Amino acid sequence: MKEMSGADMVVQALVDLGVDTVFGYPGGAVLPIYDALFNHPSIKHVLVRHEQAATHAAEGYARSTGKPGVVLVTSGPGATNAVTGITDALLDSIPMVVLTGQVPTTLIGTDAFQECDTVGITRHCTKHNYLVMDPDRLGAVIHEAFYIATHGRPGPVVIDIPKNVQVATGSYSVPEKIEHQSYRPQVEPDAGAIAQAIDMIAAAERPIFYTGGGVINAGPDASAALRQLVSLTGAPITSTLMGLGAFPSDDPKWLGMLGMHGTYESNMAMNRADLIIAVGARFDDRVTGRLDAFAPEAKKIHIDIDRSSINKIVPVDIAVVGDAGRALDALIAAWADKGHKARDLGEWWRRIDGWRATRCLDFPEKKDAGAEIMPQRAVKALFDATRGRDPIITTEVGQHQMWAAQHFGFAAPNRWLTSGGLGTMGYGFPAAVGAQIAHPNRLVVCIAGEASLQMNIQEMGTVSQYRLPVKIFILNNEWMGMVRQWQELTYESRYSNSYSDSLPDFVKLAAAYGWTGLRIDTLGELEDGIRQMIETPGPVIVDCRVAKLANCFPMIPSGAAHTDMILQPSDVTGKMDDEAKALV
Amino acid sequence: MKITTETGERHVLAVTVDNEAGILAKITGLFSARGYNIESLTVADISADHALSRITIVTSGPPAVIDQIIAQLDRLVPVHQVTDLTDQGAHVEREIALVKVAGTGEKRIEALRLADVFRAKVVDTTLSSFIFEITGNSDKVDRFIALMRECGLVEVGRTGIVAIARGPEAL
Repeated sequence: MKEMSGADMVVQALVDLGVDTVFGYPGGAVLPIYDALFNHPSIKHVLVRHEQAATHAAEGYARSTGKPGVVLVTSGPGATNAVTGITDALLDSIPMVVLTGQVPTTLIGTDAFQECDTVGITRHCTKHNYLVMDPDRLGAVIHEAFYIATHGRPGPVVIDIPKNVQVATGSYSVPEKIEHQSYRPQVEPDAGAIAQAIDMIAAAERPIFYTGGGVINAGPDASAALRQLVSLTGAPITSTLMGLGAFPSDDPKWLGMLGMHGTYESNMAMNRADLIIAVGARFDDRVTGRLDAFAPEAKKIHIDIDRSSINKIVPVDIAVVGDAGRALDALIAAWADKGHKARDLGEWWRRIDGWRATRCLDFPEKKDAGAEIMPQRAVKALFDATRGRDPIITTEVGQHQMWAAQHFGFAAPNRWLTSGGLGTMGYGFPAAVGAQIAHPNRLVVCIAGEASLQMNIQEMGTVSQYRLPVKIFILNNEWMGMVRQWQELTYESRYSNSYSDSLPDFVKLAAAYGWTGLRIDTLGELEDGIRQMIETPGPVIVDCRVAKLANCFPMIPSGAAHTDMILQPSDVTGKMDDEAKALV
Repeated sequence: MKITTETGERHVLAVTVDNEAGILAKITGLFSARGYNIESLTVADISADHALSRITIVTSGPPAVIDQIIAQLDRLVPVHQVTDLTDQGAHVEREIALVKVAGTGEKRIEALRLADVFRAKVVDTTLSSFIFEITGNSDKVDRFIALMRECGLVEVGRTGIVAIARGPEAL
C-alpha cells in the first residue's frame, strides 16, 4: 500500500499491468497524468494528431499483438473525438482501455470549460465505463478495467478521471487477484453441448465451418486448433471479414470469405450445407443476406463467448457458450474420445468444386503495359510482392477493403486489421500506425481508398515524428467507390456527392511530411512501384491510379439471398424496390 | 413501404445489479438503443450495505426478443442476475398508486364507497378532495383509476411493479 497522487497511480498501474505503449493527446484535464508520464522509462507515449486516430492506433496495436490498446485523452473534445474509435472497438470486440481527463469534481455539471458527460456519452459504446471520484479507488478501477476489457468478449472500457482526482493523493496497491466482483464470463464450454456438437459434425454430409473474429480474439492457439479440427473432419471452411487469417488461405479447404462480397463457393456452400459450425462469428447482416433464405437446409452449431450473440439473428440448434479456443480444443478431444472418423465428403466437395469453377473473383482486364490498372490486380500484385515477408495489412473502408479481403491471402492471425462492424472510414491508417509501433521491424501496409485515407490523413505527422516505416497503398479511383457502386445498383447511377473532388497531390503531400511519395499510373509500372514502396526505408505513400469505374463483385445485393449473387457488372439493373432500398 | 413492428407477450424481469452511479441509465439505454419495450421499471437498493439494487422491469415481446433482452441484460458488467419471473411460474406483483379525487356531494361519497370496495386507504383529505392509496396488481389499480375518472379524478401517481416469485426459495 503506497500513498501517491492519482496521476502517479495511473502511471504506476499501467506499469504494473505491463503496458508499454499509450496513444494519446494532451489537454488541460490530463496535464497531471502527462506530467507523470514525462520521460517515463518504460511507457512510450505516442502523440497522435487527432484523438480518433489514437483509438484506431490502439485498435491496431491490440489486434496485431493480442494485448489491450491504451488511450489517453483530455476531457470534452478529447473524449468526444475518441467516441468513434471506442464504438469501433465495441463492434469488433477489440480490448481497449481509454483514460479520459475530466473537469474537477467540484465543477462537474456546471458546463465547465471542456466539460462533457463522458460516462454518459460512452455508456452505450463501451463494454463498461467508470467515473472515478475517489483517488483511493483509482488504482483498483484501472486494474479492474483491464480485466473487463480483456476477459469474456473483449471490448473498450473508459475510465473518466477528474483533474482534482489526478492531483489528490490516495493509497495504491496491486490487487492480489485482479477480477471484477461479479463479472464472470463463461469461458469453459459445456461438456454436454460439446458432445452433441461433435456427434453432429461427425454425422454431417455437407458440413461447413463459418468462423469469425472470435477465433482471432481467442489467440493463436485457437487458430491452430481450428486448423486441426478442419483437418480432422475434412470439412470446408469460410470466414467473416473479421476472421481472415485464422485459417490459411492457401489450404484447399478454404473457400474464401462469405457474405455480401464473399465468394460464390462459400455462399453457395452455406446455402446448401446440412450443418454450419459457427465459431466466434455473429451472423451479421453482411454475412447472412436475406434471413428467411439463409442456410435453409442446415442445422447450426454456434460457439460464442457472448450468450447474447446466440439466437440473436439466426436460431441455432446447439449453443456452445465459451472461449472459441477452449471450445475447439474440447471438440478435438471429443472427436478422439468418441473415436469419430472423417466421413467421405467427396460428393460435397464435388459440388463445391463446381461452384469454384465459376471463378467468381476473376475480373476482366487489359494486359498491356500501358493499360489502366484494375484495383483487384493492384491488390494481387501487392500480395505477390509481399509473400514471405509476413506483412501486417490494414484497410480503410469501402471497395478497396473488399478487394483486399478477396484478393489478399493470409496465412496466420493478427495480420489483417480492418473495421468490420462499424465500418469506420479513417480506421486503416492510424491502425497501421498502432501496428507499426507494436512491430517496428515488420512490413505494415495500409491498403486505402483515396477518400477514406483523408479522414485521418493528419496522422502523417505522427508517422514522421516516430520515424515509422508505414506504407500507404492507395487504390485511387477518385470516387467513394462503394457509395458510387450502390448508386449504380439502386439509384440509376445518379452519383450524388460520391466523387472525390479536389484531391491533394499525394506525392507532394508525402514530400511535405518528409515521406517518400510514389505514383503508379499504368499496369507496366505496378510491380516496380510496389517493389520500390517495399524497399524504400521509412514511410511511403503510393498513389496507385486504378480503373475509375470498377465495381466490387461478387455481391449479394441488400435483401437478397446467398443464391442471388451478382457475379458481374452486366447483372446490375440499376433499380431496386423500396424494401431493398431501406436495407443498409 | 410501411414499417411493421412485432408484438408479443408481457414478461416481468427481476434484475440484480451493482448499486452504482449510472446503472439505471445503462439499463434503460439498452432498452431504447435496441428498441425493446419498457412498460414499467422500478428500482431500489435491497442489501444492508447498499451494494445491490433490484430492478423490476415489465417488458413485452415475442419469445426470441425476450430471450435476447435477458441475454443483453446479463452481459452488462454490473448485472449480477436476470430472472424472468413470468417464465419461472407463479409470482406476486404489486404496485402502489396515489389517486387524487376532487369534488363534493354524491361523487365524493361514491368515490369513498368504491375506495372501500377496492380496499384503498384514504391518506389525505380536505372538504373537497381525497388522496387514496391503493396497492395491488396493475389490473386492479387500472380498474380503480378508471372508476375514479367518473368520480372527479384529478391526479395519479404510480410506482410501477415490484414482483417476487412465490414459495420459500430466493432468486
